[in-house]
This record gives sequence, structure tokens and C-alpha cells, in this order.
Amino acid sequence: MDRQAILNELKLVLEPYTEDKEMLRGINDGTDLVKDLKINSANLVDIIIDAETKYNVEIDLDSAEKMITVGSCIDVIMAKMDR
Amino acid sequence: MGRRVVITGLGVVSPNGVGIPEFLHSIQYGISGIRFMPQYEKLKFNCQVAGMPHFEWDQLKKYVSEITFHGLKGNAIGYGIRAALDAWTDAGNFISNDQTFWETGCVFGSSVADVEVVRNVINRVDSGEARKLGSRVVEQLMNSSVTAYISGRLGLGNKIIANSAACATGTQAILMGYEYIKHGLAGRMVVGSCEHVDPYIFGAFDSMRILSRKFNHLPEQASRPMSQSACGFVPGSGAGALILEDLDFAMERKATIYAEITGGANNSGGQRRGGSMTAPGSPGIIRCISEALASSGTDPQSIDLISGHLTATAADKMEIQNWGLALGRNGRNFPLINSLKSMIGHCLSAAGSIEAIAVVLQIMHQFVHPNINLEDPNPEILAEISMDCIPTTMIKKEINTVAKANFGFGDVNTCLIFSKYK
Repeated sequence: MDRQAILNELKLVLEPYTEDKEMLRGINDGTDLVKDLKINSANLVDIIIDAETKYNVEIDLDSAEKMITVGSCIDVIMAKMDR
Repeated sequence: MGRRVVITGLGVVSPNGVGIPEFLHSIQYGISGIRFMPQYEKLKFNCQVAGMPHFEWDQLKKYVSEITFHGLKGNAIGYGIRAALDAWTDAGNFISNDQTFWETGCVFGSSVADVEVVRNVINRVDSGEARKLGSRVVEQLMNSSVTAYISGRLGLGNKIIANSAACATGTQAILMGYEYIKHGLAGRMVVGSCEHVDPYIFGAFDSMRILSRKFNHLPEQASRPMSQSACGFVPGSGAGALILEDLDFAMERKATIYAEITGGANNSGGQRRGGSMTAPGSPGIIRCISEALASSGTDPQSIDLISGHLTATAADKMEIQNWGLALGRNGRNFPLINSLKSMIGHCLSAAGSIEAIAVVLQIMHQFVHPNINLEDPNPEILAEISMDCIPTTMIKKEINTVAKANFGFGDVNTCLIFSKYK
């Protein structure tokens, strides 16, 4: 799965957690989940749990802490999928 | 003297009607909300019927944000949100996303957190998957879950309290809201209660052998308060919510006033002299009713209608005797009396609020709802009061003052006095 494919899937994962659907449509590596998509920071754990199911990976707590922007989410997911 | 407290909004999720229009129709025409539960037959329960609302879960999307809806699992929370928000808009209020109403609080009760939600936690934790629970579980396990959701959605900024007093929870919530307004501590209160009797709670009651078990194939006949064939109660689920306001506050915003609460009392018999963990004692009940009457300055002779606790157990007869002693009335001089439980079963913590809504509707529309399943009234009850006091069809009548009581495990009692607003 390349970065673009992961990003497209990530949009589906993020969908239930943001009300700003327009911003979601145009996300890129620099999009910040909390600041730009206005996601409640408490929901980041739910996004990680959903991503684990979606990409069939396990994301440890240290890696999860890096998932702040769309780009860093994709980095972490790609690294876990390569394993 | 204190302030006058009026009711300006109603919302209900009842086994025989979701929303006020459907519920009003059902209580006027004696429509039962008790149904056969195939799952309970498989689970080998003695009682296989329940009062379960026809609740369309997806409709909650109209009540909470998409983000809140995603991950919301607690049934009782869902019922409570719907009832409270319906009551809020019924009272002529809008839902604002940026305002905090410092003068408005919430007392909303329940018996237990949703055991199905608890079960999911237990299964995940026991299988070593606690990390998969996510962020939305704790907020639904809290005893204060429903008040947290309601107050957050409406922006309520006064006291936010989750009360619990078993089957007296609903009437206790209303009384607490009434007292805060009466004493000037709040201008407006969202009050009510909710309950979802899932198989785990149902099973625990079933094991006590206090549920109706002889009408599993005639579900609508299974809840039979005051009848000779009464053989236990039928558990029900749902929620009821009322908007209480300081009269001046309601007048200022030109609200429609449905009825007034003129007094009430809440006590315990201390589990002495006949009272126990599971049974209410007469001295506590009589004292509670007398205190409610005194607090409202109501002459017992002026009570037009009693909305009883009356669950369809052996305690019905004792309840009638206690009302008679507290009011000093019996035979033909006894007020009219009805039990909503004949139609919806016993909704435990939600009972008091749903039944109080029925009281307000009877005052608003000037009628007395029927007691259904009363083909064979208990002769011991007829030795106390005349059959003329126990209507089996709707009566259209002037109703000015109604006494409503509920009694709960732990020997806790609540009685409220409702009056037509004049």
C-alpha cells in the first residue's frame, strides 16, 4: 500500500471523529488532527484503535504518540505494515 | 413561602409510546407496551415478557453530534438523552452550541450503569484486550453518564446531579429539582430518570421470584396491579424528563405552563417496623404522604387522583391501606386511583418520571387513564375502597390535584403533589 492509498483509507478512519468534512476531503501530510480537523484529543486513542483494525497492524504507545499530523500517521502505519 | 415551581416541558420514552403524542394516546386508550421476549425464553427466565420501548437508535443522530453518536452504546443513556432533549424543546427552548445556562441545572437518575456496556469491558479486559476499549467507555460507565450527556448537549451550568434511589429515583429527581427552584438555588431544572433493563438485571430480578410468570403467552395481560391474579411485576425500560421552572422565570419567557408542583416529600422508613431492604414499611409511607400534603398545604379531601406505585405484587393491598390512613379516606370517599404499570410494567428508576408525565398529561387534558387487566379486582382491596375509585376505562373529569408516590428498595419513599396551574 503506498502513501496515497493509506491516506485514502485514513480519511475513512477519521470520518466519524471530525465534523469538518470539507477539511477532511483536502487533508495532506501537514494536516494536524487536533488543530486543523478539530478532533477531540481524547478521541485520538479511538482513531489508533480503528487504524489498527483497518491496516491490521499493532501500534505501540510510543509510536502512537507520534501520530499528530496526517503525515506522521502515514509514517507510523507504513513502518508497522513493513514489519 | 418560597417560589412557585411549574412544569413547562415533557419528554418520554415509554414502552407504550416514544414521544408525548403517542404516549398520550396509549394511556388514554389503555394500550399496553408489554411484549414477549423470545431471548428470555432461551435464557430460561421464569418471566419472559417486558415493557420495552420501540426505540429507533439511529434517531439519536438528530439529538447528538455525529461524533458523540459514534461509539454511544448505553441504551439507558440514549433513552435519557432523547427524553431530556424532547422536554427541552417542548418547553419552547432552542439548543445553542455556545451558551452556558448558569441558572439551569439537571437532576437525572438511574439504577445501574448499562450492564451490557459493563459486560463489554469485562470481556475485553479478561481477554487481555483492555487497550482496545478506547476513550468512550468510561463516560458510559459513570453513574453520572446521562447527566453528563444531557448537560453537555444543552449547556447547563447549575447543579448537575445523578441521583439513585431504586424505584423512587424518578420522583426523587423531580423533588430535588423542585426544591432547588423553590429555595431559589436554580431558575430552571431538567429532571427525570432512565432505565434499561437488560438480560443481566432482568435475570437478577427473575431469580428473586417477584416477576409475573403466568402470562408469558399473553404479554399484554401480564401486568395486573390490584387484581386478584396479580403475581409479580413486569420489568420495563424507558425514560421520562420534565422541565421545571420558577414561575417568574417561565412567565418572563412566556412559556406555556402545563401544571404546578406544590409540594413533596422524600424519606425512608429506616428498614424498621415492616420496612426492609426489599419492602417498604407503612410508617415511612404514611409519614411521607402526610409530609408531602403538609408541604403543599393540600387538604387530603381535595386529592382528586392518586397515581400509585402499585406494581402488581402483594404490596398493592398494603399501599392502598397506607394511602387510606394517610389521607383519612376510604370506601367511596377514596380518591380515584390508577397504576400506569398496568400498561408499561415497572420501569424501576424510570417509573417515577414516566408516571409523573402521565400525571401532568391527565391534569393538562383533564382525564383519568384506565387501569387495564383489572377484570378480577383483589377483594381485599375492595374491602378498603370502592370499585368506583379504580377506573378500568378512561374517565373525562375535572382533575385539580394529584398525589404521586413511588417506593423503592432500601425502604425509600417519595411523594409529590401536582396541581392544575391557576
